[in-house]
Amino acid sequence: MALTKEQIAQRIAKELKDGYYVNLGIGIPTLVANYIPAGMNVVLQSENGLLGMGPFPFEGEEDPDLINAGKQTITTVPGSVFFDSAMSFGMIRAGKVDLTVLGAMEVSENGDIANWKIPGKMVKGMGGAMDLVASAKNIIVAMMHTNPKGESKLLPACTLPLTGVRCVRKIVSDLAVLDVTPDGFKLLERAPGVSVEEIQSKTSGRLIVKGDISEIEV
Amino acid sequence: MNKVVSGAEEAISDITDGAVLMLGGFGLCGIPENCIAALVKKKVTNLTCISNNAGVDDFGIGLMLKGKQVRKMISSYVGENAEFERQLLSGELQVELIPQGTLATRCLAAGYGMPAVFTPAGAGTEVAEGKEIRNFNGKDYLLEMAFDADFAIVKAWKGDTDGNLVYKETARNFNPLMAMAGKITIAEVEELVPAGQLDPDAIHTPGIYVHRIFQGNHYEKRIEQRTVRKKN
Repeated sequence: MALTKEQIAQRIAKELKDGYYVNLGIGIPTLVANYIPAGMNVVLQSENGLLGMGPFPFEGEEDPDLINAGKQTITTVPGSVFFDSAMSFGMIRAGKVDLTVLGAMEVSENGDIANWKIPGKMVKGMGGAMDLVASAKNIIVAMMHTNPKGESKLLPACTLPLTGVRCVRKIVSDLAVLDVTPDGFKLLERAPGVSVEEIQSKTSGRLIVKGDISEIEV
Repeated sequence: MNKVVSGAEEAISDITDGAVLMLGGFGLCGIPENCIAALVKKKVTNLTCISNNAGVDDFGIGLMLKGKQVRKMISSYVGENAEFERQLLSGELQVELIPQGTLATRCLAAGYGMPAVFTPAGAGTEVAEGKEIRNFNGKDYLLEMAFDADFAIVKAWKGDTDGNLVYKETARNFNPLMAMAGKITIAEVEELVPAGQLDPDAIHTPGIYVHRIFQGNHYEKRIEQRTVRKKN
């Protein structure tokens, strides 16, 4: 069984450590906030100018001046702080954010990522993604293993315009957990019931399989 | 020194066709609603707008796009506006998409009197095309120029008659950076108080950067993505 989006987020949450400052992108990455282990202190950074992002507000308590980078209404947690966009990207550029989780349309075997533009089709812009991937110490990509046409999103080289080069460290897809290594995608874990052969067939970039590959615990 | 003007119409009265404007805000959060309305009413055209986003179809900068007042947008993300996409694909509108941190830092550089900055965002991508690249400590950085804008138009929560500004929550975003970066900076505020009433330790934008200020009215503060959770 392939993982659901929630299960992908749940698996990524296991990469969190106490005291981490974390930036979560839009989509599946946002869901990671729901699985922060109880008792663990993780501070969420929203690049529009907030450290200490809390959950969505209760109905009727929405504040139009308080949104996240996805423009959703949010709340703060005790100890939160607001700042301007230059400082926000300053702390990102200076490597103060411990972990960045974002989605991708393509990842290459050397860690290049493409997630902002489909020439002739989508021209929405990169937002903060290029700044994040250029400077983050640790980048995990959360995505489906294949695109809606069934084609692999883990490629020898990206075909779409790049967001950043040689920056992705780890991928958690609906089928597998993989590290990006100098030699290619190293398979670490597989979704329950999904065979190594299936992952191989859906990974067009170089896949490294060594020893027994355990199932993802969800 | 009198920085206080009667309202948005007076504040923007010398903005003419072809001007380069900076407009604060992130999405629809912290946008200068009153000045945008006045610019729409004035029908000034051929504008270059530097703003993180381009509004939505019927609010924010989207209103200026609808009136075909904008020749060029310089933004990081424009995904919420169908009219924008239409004008872009038809060639009526030029757009320069730049990384969000680069956008912020090019404002900062202008306000800090620095002609350019080096940033790693976009290295190895099409954003780097035609730009000077320098390698520092084994990593590539792009030379990015400070913005040169005729007017910066920002929105603050509170301001005083000397032009000192305080922003609220995430409505701060690009506003203090753009306030520093305009040749002429116009600030609209929700509450205008006499100089001396704001705590000097709590001011985000020193009044030296602000040339005109007024208390705006009828703030709609539209929410783009209303997300809530249920009690219990």
